[in-house]
Amino acid sequence: MKAFTQHKGLVGPMDRANVDTDMIIPKQFLKSIKRSGFGPNLFDELRYMDEGQPGQDCSQRPVNPEFPLNLARFSGASILLARKNFGCGSSREHAPWALEDYGFRAVIAPSYADIFYNNCFKNGLLPVVLSEQQLDLLFAEMYADEGYQLTIDLVGQKVVRPNGESFEFDIDQFRKDCLVKGLDEIGLTLESADKIKDYEKTRAADQPWVFGAIK
Amino acid sequence: MSQRTVYDKLWDSHLVQQNEDGSALLYIDRHILHEVTSPQAFEGLRIAGRKPWRLDTNLATPDHNISTDPAERAAGVAGIPDNTSRIQVQTLDDNCDHFGIKEFKMNEMGQGIVHVMGPELGATMPGLTVVCGDSHTATHGALACLAHGIGTSEVEHVLASQCLVTKKMKNMRVTVDGVLGAGVTPKDVVLAIIAEIGTAGGNGHAIEFAGSVFRDMSIEGRMTVCNMAIEAGARVGLVAVDEKTIEYCRGRQFMPAGEMFEKATEYWRTLTTDADAVFDTEVQINGSEIAPQVSWGTSPEMVIPVTGNIPRAEDQTDVVKKKGVERALEYMGLEGGAPISSVAVDRVFIGSCTNSRIEDMRAAAAVVEGRTVSDSIKQALVVPGSQMVKEQAEAEGLDKIFIEAGLDWREPGCSMCLAMNADKLGAGEHCASTSNRNFEGRQGNGGRTHLMSPEMAAAAAIAGHIVDVREFGDQS
Repeated sequence: MKAFTQHKGLVGPMDRANVDTDMIIPKQFLKSIKRSGFGPNLFDELRYMDEGQPGQDCSQRPVNPEFPLNLARFSGASILLARKNFGCGSSREHAPWALEDYGFRAVIAPSYADIFYNNCFKNGLLPVVLSEQQLDLLFAEMYADEGYQLTIDLVGQKVVRPNGESFEFDIDQFRKDCLVKGLDEIGLTLESADKIKDYEKTRAADQPWVFGAIK
Repeated sequence: MSQRTVYDKLWDSHLVQQNEDGSALLYIDRHILHEVTSPQAFEGLRIAGRKPWRLDTNLATPDHNISTDPAERAAGVAGIPDNTSRIQVQTLDDNCDHFGIKEFKMNEMGQGIVHVMGPELGATMPGLTVVCGDSHTATHGALACLAHGIGTSEVEHVLASQCLVTKKMKNMRVTVDGVLGAGVTPKDVVLAIIAEIGTAGGNGHAIEFAGSVFRDMSIEGRMTVCNMAIEAGARVGLVAVDEKTIEYCRGRQFMPAGEMFEKATEYWRTLTTDADAVFDTEVQINGSEIAPQVSWGTSPEMVIPVTGNIPRAEDQTDVVKKKGVERALEYMGLEGGAPISSVAVDRVFIGSCTNSRIEDMRAAAAVVEGRTVSDSIKQALVVPGSQMVKEQAEAEGLDKIFIEAGLDWREPGCSMCLAMNADKLGAGEHCASTSNRNFEGRQGNGGRTHLMSPEMAAAAAIAGHIVDVREFGDQS
């Protein structure tokens, strides 16, 4: 997994609450058996005027001129400002895949849906939680200042504004470690293989019906 | 030992290792796979040269992407017209064959929507941890399981290690006491709960559904409720074990039998919340006051009683909320202040992991029996949740009732709930739907979803508009 320590980049908006995973990546693109290539279809229904199909050349499609991320000033944005309960809905990991493939390295929102939040960390995409007031301020600064950039320092757990002031954020230690070091979580878990086997032995003795059921 | 909730007990009994950084290794007993969220996980295993940790825990079936049209289904996987869909279904078959995973293939008895299939086959047992790359996995919590959705990276993680790296959730209890009125169903109960606590209300929590309404409810009804815990933000929803749970489990295909079953029930009966256990959050709702519910907007919290009026943006005090209502009204093409029962419906969908079990089929059939679908309805789909549900419904003659009334009787799958196959809404079309999400575009680009119970959707098919099923008998 791609490591994340610090990132400075252009900020773009997704200025509405409860952005769901169908909005982030509509279902027709979930038919892919690959992990990559979802970027051109990020926010597909909001971003384009027509209905997108998998495998289509998106450069030829009519874009929605009113969708903020289509504006030239947000082109190349790598940090997404969002509102509460971002990523609600399905468990599709295609949502963080699409954000990452588009070029986002981080999202900043007041809250996230649990599964989406979890999925981000598996893909080197950092979901930062700040308060609603802090988000209001960042949104206002971003709208006022073309080319607005933020620096996200994961090691120091802070978002640094252009004026040098910063907002601190909380993050679980284990998630931070995995992201900072770009760790292979499966490899890490398999280091505990003996403990897993011990657990299985004890459990099989207590609850034999749990094992061997599916055949 | 201190007083514990059902969730605490399930968590404790599956803890392999508690790490110093706050994370934990949780053992997974049952892993259900489908075609959409598994291919990249299998690919990951292959690239890393890993094998599944255990085979007897995994169960797979195609459901999201497959056709529900009987003729197309009869043509088998090779006959799936959409190229990308066919490759995805074929990839699941190939991966299961390659790794030796038990799969119920597309037209095989046993196949069905993952969350219908698991419980009906007895693969879901009380006291298990159950995961699946699908957010509606909480459904299995109706049998007192710790069940939740996971992403594809975690699908790979569970395949490789039989464990998840995770963190304990908080405990929430939603108590619904009282007695449900006539025409009020489990779907109405869960929609009323979501309307009350909001789509983020359960974030970070495991919800236990408690109170007389759930004790009186069938196991299938409890599945409908637990299914939509995620729409209230909670990954986990569950109900404690009682005698109904035990009776539901008896005799199913993958369940233990004979003495082993009796031994299992001794343990299962301990899966109740201790009297003095403390919940982080408690919500109480009077079940006697719940009316049939309908969603008017584009979020599952945008729900009102069928007797109510559509909200008006100008009545909202919160700015973000006001913007949300404005946008939803515009998307839905609705006028704030109008009665919801005035909304005309173009299509009807009875199905999905929320409402496609035999009780749902029976309830919908009872409403349409001897009646005819309104001329204004373009399509009314009935999609049974599994091959077993389909077989049972046909044995009871329900298929004939639907067909005679003018509804389409289809093959099992997720269908128009998420519109990955050909079953979808056209732009601007309103749908009376028994599914679980009314997000923009969910059932088709530009489609407008109204969530409701199978009874209400069936009544809407006959009336041609949203209608209170309790008054429906008088209109015909």
